[in-house]
Amino acid sequence: MTLGGVEIERAAGFVANDTPRIVTSRFGVDDSHTLVGYLATGGYEGIRAALKKRPDEVHSQITEATVLGRGGAGFPAGVKWGFMPKDVWPRYLVVNGDESEPGTYKDRLLMELDPHQLIEGCLIASYAVGLSQCFLYVRGEMAVAQERIATALNEAYEAGYVGRNILGTDFSLDIVLHWGAGAYVVGEETALIESLEGNRGMPRLKPPYFPAAIGLYGKPTIVNNVETLANLPWIATNGAEAYRAIGTESSPGTRMVAVSGHVKRPGVYEIINGTTTFRQLLFDDEYCGGMREGRTLKAFVPGGGSAPWFLPDQLDLPFEASQVGPAGSMLGSGAIMVMDDTTDIPKAAHSLTRFYAHESCGKCVPCREGGTWLERILGRIVDGHGTTRDLEMLIEVGETICPGDFPHAASERLGLEAQRFPYQMTTICFVGPSAFAPAHSALTLFPEEFRDRVREVSDDDPVATGVGAVPVELKGVGAQ
Amino acid sequence: MTPPNDTEASPTVSITINGAAVEANPGELLIDAAERHGVYIPRFCYHPRMNPVGMCRMCLVDVDTGRGPGLQPSCMISVSEGMTVDTESERTQRAQEGILELLLVNHPLDCPVCDKGGECPLQDQTVAYGPGESRFVEEKRHYEKPIPISDLVYLDRERCILCDRCTRFASEVAGDPLIHFIDRGNETQVNTFPDEPFSSYFSGNTVQICPVGALTAEPYRFKARPWDLAENESTAVVDSTGARVVLQSSRDELVRVLGVDSDAVNWSWLSDKERFTYEANRSEDRLTDPLVRSESGEFATARWSDAAAFAAEAFAVEPDRIGVIGGARLPVEGQFMWSSLLTGLGVNDVDPQIGDGLDLDLVRSLPRATIADAAAPGGVVVLLCGDLKEELPTLYLRLRHAAVEDGAALIELSARATGLARYAKAKLHPLPGSIDDVAGALAAGTLNEAVGGVDPADLAKVAELLGSGRPVTVVVGRTNLAEDAGLITRAAAALHELVPTAKFLPALRRGNINGAIETGLARGRSTTEILRDAAAGEIETLVLLGADPLADHPDRALVSSAFDMVENLVAVDTFKTASSARADVILPAATFGEVDGSFVNLERRISPLRAKVTAPGQGRADWMIAAELAVALDQDIDVASLDDVRAQLSAAVPAFADVDWNNMDRGGDGPLLGSSGATGPSLAEIAAATSVAVPAVDGYGLRLVVDRKLWDLGTMVQQSPSLAHLAADATLSLAPADFDALGVDQGSTVTLSGPGGETAELNVSASRDLPRGVAHIPFRASGFDVGTFLSASTAVVDVRVNAG
Ligand SMILES: Cc1cc2nc3c(=O)[nH]c(=O)nc-3n(C[C@H](O)[C@H](O)[C@H](O)COP(=O)(O)O)c2cc1C
Ligand code: SF4
Ligand code: SF4
Ligand code: FES
Repeated sequence: MTLGGVEIERAAGFVANDTPRIVTSRFGVDDSHTLVGYLATGGYEGIRAALKKRPDEVHSQITEATVLGRGGAGFPAGVKWGFMPKDVWPRYLVVNGDESEPGTYKDRLLMELDPHQLIEGCLIASYAVGLSQCFLYVRGEMAVAQERIATALNEAYEAGYVGRNILGTDFSLDIVLHWGAGAYVVGEETALIESLEGNRGMPRLKPPYFPAAIGLYGKPTIVNNVETLANLPWIATNGAEAYRAIGTESSPGTRMVAVSGHVKRPGVYEIINGTTTFRQLLFDDEYCGGMREGRTLKAFVPGGGSAPWFLPDQLDLPFEASQVGPAGSMLGSGAIMVMDDTTDIPKAAHSLTRFYAHESCGKCVPCREGGTWLERILGRIVDGHGTTRDLEMLIEVGETICPGDFPHAASERLGLEAQRFPYQMTTICFVGPSAFAPAHSALTLFPEEFRDRVREVSDDDPVATGVGAVPVELKGVGAQ
Repeated sequence: MTPPNDTEASPTVSITINGAAVEANPGELLIDAAERHGVYIPRFCYHPRMNPVGMCRMCLVDVDTGRGPGLQPSCMISVSEGMTVDTESERTQRAQEGILELLLVNHPLDCPVCDKGGECPLQDQTVAYGPGESRFVEEKRHYEKPIPISDLVYLDRERCILCDRCTRFASEVAGDPLIHFIDRGNETQVNTFPDEPFSSYFSGNTVQICPVGALTAEPYRFKARPWDLAENESTAVVDSTGARVVLQSSRDELVRVLGVDSDAVNWSWLSDKERFTYEANRSEDRLTDPLVRSESGEFATARWSDAAAFAAEAFAVEPDRIGVIGGARLPVEGQFMWSSLLTGLGVNDVDPQIGDGLDLDLVRSLPRATIADAAAPGGVVVLLCGDLKEELPTLYLRLRHAAVEDGAALIELSARATGLARYAKAKLHPLPGSIDDVAGALAAGTLNEAVGGVDPADLAKVAELLGSGRPVTVVVGRTNLAEDAGLITRAAAALHELVPTAKFLPALRRGNINGAIETGLARGRSTTEILRDAAAGEIETLVLLGADPLADHPDRALVSSAFDMVENLVAVDTFKTASSARADVILPAATFGEVDGSFVNLERRISPLRAKVTAPGQGRADWMIAAELAVALDQDIDVASLDDVRAQLSAAVPAFADVDWNNMDRGGDGPLLGSSGATGPSLAEIAAATSVAVPAVDGYGLRLVVDRKLWDLGTMVQQSPSLAHLAADATLSLAPADFDALGVDQGSTVTLSGPGGETAELNVSASRDLPRGVAHIPFRASGFDVGTFLSASTAVVDVRVNAG
């Protein structure tokens, strides 16, 4: 299949393997994004099966299956739905398709290649918790996904899968599409809700705004990730038992991972949850096939740009939160960024920190001011203007965002023990800590690369810090 | 937002703050609970009168709720049983240092030239909790230095610490969401939308609550340094709300007025009129010397004793041939002295309302509400009054809050949609002349017929709200100056009949009008009657007590002929106004900020007026002027000091019997006056005695609606250099639906013809605030004096509008 003249599997980056395919079963199938293609491959069977049960039975089925949220926090979907206060209507389902975590591009493929599966997931979730209004928020830059979702939704409405009295039952659901306007932080669920309401995309304060209780328009709201929902049709069709038969007790099923960086075959893979190890993913021929020719692994980010980094020491850890956390990082959004021995570590850290500093919404001081300051310090170190004092300052400024010990991996080479996840934070959301995480990992795990880069100064050196020339620019609104 | 207070019989929550066990109120925010127990947690974004946003993170403290200690923003978390708090832990201190260092990263440190320097929370907290030095060596954020965001307010974005106070105030408190955050991250700035200035009547509050010098107000910019300021607490006198203020002066000149957080009245907010009209005190046009008209007809300055003797001669006529207009500007003590003087002389006709007020008997008989009653959660408030946003803006803020945050139901019963319409549950906008019929229909329960052009469905909705058993407050005032006040009397009586438990808040607008009523400086003939009698030659001496009827009384022609006819025109004033300029003698008075005294607000709450500066020239306190005249007239009035006046007032007027004059505002708010002991006729009797003849609607005409704007041609606004140019234009507004019928175009110039054949050319614009069939023009607006169309002798005014 081609898209705009490009072979779609390459363009989309999906790579098939032998794993049982729960959410990617239609990837690579012709016309998988059309209703015809979907129905030909068992589409809308899940909602048919669900509608034969009572909503609470469907809810229990999902709870039993233990679908860990794929948006980053890994919280089980069925349990989260249960937090909605009883008997408060209207209530809403909001689909988080704002995928923007650096390195993450799995939701995009789900929306581009199998939009009906997502729509069916929305139907099942909505039926299970008794709601009739769903909002599907798609990242602003994802033009193809937007077009495919919109077309699929029109088809689904026309065919009676969405709308009034779905499949002749008295279950009705409306799905409203909403395109983002280009802010990473809007992936955070409360900022997403603000954005949907038409406000500036800034996170709300928890408490009191736990979306399940006070969400969109102040009503109970479920926010779920695209991939989370894409699992539901399979579960509704095949049952919770079948789902739990895959993966481990605490991490059942499969999960999608997006690998980028210096491996032979970067791409999106559906892997078995809980048992697949990072070594298998990065080195087995079935998956990434190892490092580029002649290169060795230096470090990798195991769960999206905001996750503390891992070293080759951690390769044998499986995709299992209960093991990754104590080892000093998180699985997050399932994005693995691989760095080989050619990588300029300070530069890599700077690049990631710059992203988070730039994406700060500006609401809270530690992130707004601290993130940018970290970015500038790293920038001047990379540019060769840094001093040893800057290295201390990186950590000290970071500690204003995340007081106390910051998680990091163990390193045999450095004789370093792991500091377990999570961290404390002074910010409202995780964007602030995310600006610090790459800087902290880089400096903690590769101190020598920084020492080589900076000039030695003593504490009482009057010019303790070198400053690059920064152009002064007036950001006025013109002479008013 | 008012935290539950101690007096409520609710169980308390036990928490530990810095090792000490304290009791907090359920639901109370930790930052407030700590402060009430003497532990101040530093903060920037938190403001007790606004919803917390948790933006600045300065208030992070170590909190343990059983899961181990950790930093939590104390402005965001409510106390919970057993909570342990450490505001001095090392972790807390490190966080405070860190946040301050980060706040200073982009702060310009131009303190020596910053108006806030010396009273700046950022400066103070940096000294108290900050790191001592900054390690930030990069270039700071740069923006064009202060940009005007409105006619009165400048914004310096470099100084801004993005605390969201000003923006929250604008949208949450004022309901004028005209300033916003734009851009994001490190580039975030506060700004207006292009071509939409922050023109809010409440803009000055943002300057007061800005924790840095980012927002400055035109009148105070570079006028003084905080450490040079001397201050005194007082009460705002520009309207009858009686907002509590602090007056600040430098070198014997008022330079700034700030709002004081009075729980009962203004919650620290002020309108820009209350805040900035102090400028008028130092206007070049202030009267400094007594002026006596000489033989040649010119004014000549005179010595006080000569001027007083001259004025005294004017009183040497039959007492019933003397009429007094005005008195609402005076402090209570001045009002009482004038009242005593006039009583001694046998003069029985004084009216401080100047023709735009309510029936005095009505005001005296109303069961009174307080602002807190009106703004109570869950109440029903009938707005039988003008546009409170224009006339009593701080009351507007309280009622807006009640509607938006506390579930109060507002009902508009007014000539047009007002500033509160957006928040109202129901709106009735009857045609002028029928407001009493509409209230009557509600009282009679005849809800099926259209009355006064009001939709029966709306009538039913109002009836349901009023009958819901929720407490009802009626704000009663003049909704239309072109309409007979008797209609309001009857409407108020009808509402009282319908809801006998309803309480009333009189929206009489003029400053100390309630003081005048309580001290007896309101009695006998009304201003209109006095003027009529004067025009008929039955009044010889007319006294203007700080009144400018020529500009302020709705019927211009009547005032002018009255002035022409009287023998003696005596004025006591602070300015040479249109009216006082025609007097035979003007005695210069000292005013707001220049004299000690007291003020009674629309709730009958008494609060102090305090002097901060000396009056210019020979201006004197009003009580002294009355005393001087009393001496000249051989009256037996024995007062040598303000205390003497107050003692006499307490002895003479029961409502003031219990006033503790020197401690009126101890503990915050002034007390409500005691019962006046007066027993007048009932509301029903007063209404029955009110006769108003409303002519039938003429098919070709429109009924005139005239009301006030905050910024007008009034003396205080016009004498304040920063405000004078804000006066509203006299535009004629019509309901959009009337345009076609009249064949006129939006924005075109039309000819307005009045009942007496007078005509005027005016620009016309469409307004959705108006019902069909009316023409609206603001009173005392710039460009056209609608007073020339008004007549005190008709119940309504019908006009015609012709294209071209
Ligand atoms: C800064 C930030 C960015 C986030 N971005 C995304 C995102 O792009 N997509 C997403 O599904 N969840 C994102 N999340 C997680 C959401 O807040 C939320 O937890 C998730 O959508 C819940 O869905 P799930 O339970 O199905 O995972 C983000 C969280 C944070 C703090
Ligand atoms: S941490 Fe950053 S992105 Fe998150 S709320 Fe604070 S400023 Fe906004
Ligand atoms: S201008 Fe002042 S009040 Fe407004 S956000 Fe900035 S610092 Fe806060
Ligand atoms: S005062 Fe609490 S976060 Fe600003």
